[in-house]
Amino acid sequence: MTHDAILETREAFGEVTVIADPGRIVDLCRYLKSSEKFVRLSAVTAVDWHPGEPRFEVIYHLHSIDNNARLRVKCRLSGNEPAIDSVCEVWRGANWYEREVFDMFGIQFRHHPNPVRILMPIDWEGYPLRKDYPVHGHKYDYSQE
Amino acid sequence: MAKPLDEDSVATLPAPAVEPESPAAPRLMTLNMGPQHPSTHGVLRIMLELEGEVIRKAVPDIGFLHTGIEKECEQKNWQQAVTLTDRVDYLANLSNNLVYALAVEKLLQLEIPPRAQWMRVMLAELSRLNSHLVWLGTHALDIGAMSVFFYCFREREDILRIFEMFSGQRMMTSYIRIGGLALEPPRGWEKRVGAFIRAFPSKVDEYEDLLNANPIWKRRTQKVGFISLEDMLDLGVTGPMIRAAGLKWDIRKSEPYSSYEKFDFEVPSYSENDVYARYRVRVGEMRQSARIITQALEGMPEGDWRADDSHVVLPDREKMKTQMEALIYHFKIVTEGFRVPAGEVYQCIESPRGEIGYYIVSDGTSKPYRVHMRTPSFGNLQALGIMLKDTLIADSIASLGSMDFVLGDTDR
Repeated sequence: MTHDAILETREAFGEVTVIADPGRIVDLCRYLKSSEKFVRLSAVTAVDWHPGEPRFEVIYHLHSIDNNARLRVKCRLSGNEPAIDSVCEVWRGANWYEREVFDMFGIQFRHHPNPVRILMPIDWEGYPLRKDYPVHGHKYDYSQE
Repeated sequence: MAKPLDEDSVATLPAPAVEPESPAAPRLMTLNMGPQHPSTHGVLRIMLELEGEVIRKAVPDIGFLHTGIEKECEQKNWQQAVTLTDRVDYLANLSNNLVYALAVEKLLQLEIPPRAQWMRVMLAELSRLNSHLVWLGTHALDIGAMSVFFYCFREREDILRIFEMFSGQRMMTSYIRIGGLALEPPRGWEKRVGAFIRAFPSKVDEYEDLLNANPIWKRRTQKVGFISLEDMLDLGVTGPMIRAAGLKWDIRKSEPYSSYEKFDFEVPSYSENDVYARYRVRVGEMRQSARIITQALEGMPEGDWRADDSHVVLPDREKMKTQMEALIYHFKIVTEGFRVPAGEVYQCIESPRGEIGYYIVSDGTSKPYRVHMRTPSFGNLQALGIMLKDTLIADSIASLGSMDFVLGDTDR
């Protein structure tokens, strides 16, 4: 019933990656948690493929202790106002990981209970892990050297 | 009884800032703990909402030690980034070196010789001992058992001296590199490690003598810091916390790496799920680590300590002076680094704190395209709010300490 949410499946280095439809991510995660016993969400992260398009990949690392299996679910998002539904209602542990992805990449998580920055100061401008963000930050002035 | 104020005098008084609450409603006080509180072991801030001495709400605030290590990794070449992984979890730096090296080697499909693998296991376990010793010493210090701290740091000093012997560095060793080890193991290391590990079990007995039956320690730690196993799994908690709740899940057993499958050890677990059980799990792990180190010492295979791949591993000094090829490879590796085939991997290992997983993306160049560090402290700390809810503020220090987080590991 959620198979149409899966766009593509890959295997490399013994690791399975599922590329999913970003619109169906919550359904898919709920199915994977309840039926496939992926009880743990190890991490949520993102990759910026700037200037490629779709620019962002949001990656969910799932883990099942019972089946001793790991699964990587990946959603591709366009660089123009990237947003995806939050999976906090499936795993509460997604909360901080999604906040970190928002903080570092500027990807919005819809229906997130607390969508604020987590590592950077609350009034920070820009998203540090984006590829077009300079490593010294925007405020760094080379003429001061 | 005081004379009631008349209407006029009341009008001149400033209006009370808040409506007086009815005696039935709880009076909450907000208390800011940290980021400089000594028992938060780093720069962690917790906002507590207190009703009397009971914590009704605890909100951890992190990020004070964010140093942008993931961004910096993207600027370094593959081998240089090893030195950054040390700084993530500065109490278990060799575990971080190891997981990064394993991930990149998976992408490179590099075969690591058995001697290097066993050496890595031995060093990772020494690193676990180091981390658990610092944890036990400071945790006991927080709760008021000061002498344990001195005993633990005595042994920790020995471990740091062993690290120094191997790598020239006490803490930021960067000793485990992509392709093997940084240097050939020094002459006489067996004697040094052997002397330490033979004496170590009796040292653990000393810690347990001080704490196991200590009535103050037991009353401060037993039935304190409870959090259900379901909550922990849902929130991403890993490591000794999970094992103190009865789940025998250890990545060294479930997904063995670096030939851990060849070692005979047990996974200590308790079902009480309190601060005391977490202490017992970690002490049990110290004894098991000592077993692993002893096995590594006795069965250390002969052979090379680095992979046989001239594209990745620097050539011998001797060859560089006699062979043209070796000189070229040396020049290429030092100036631009080696290239790693495009792809993505997730490699996890059991660090002293739990699951540490590196997700690495390569675009085929000599620098990592993306390095994400799934650190155990970040996942564990997320459960703090639930663990502290409706507990006494005096117990919060014991609960906090039992999580064993490192803020560098949390904030990266």
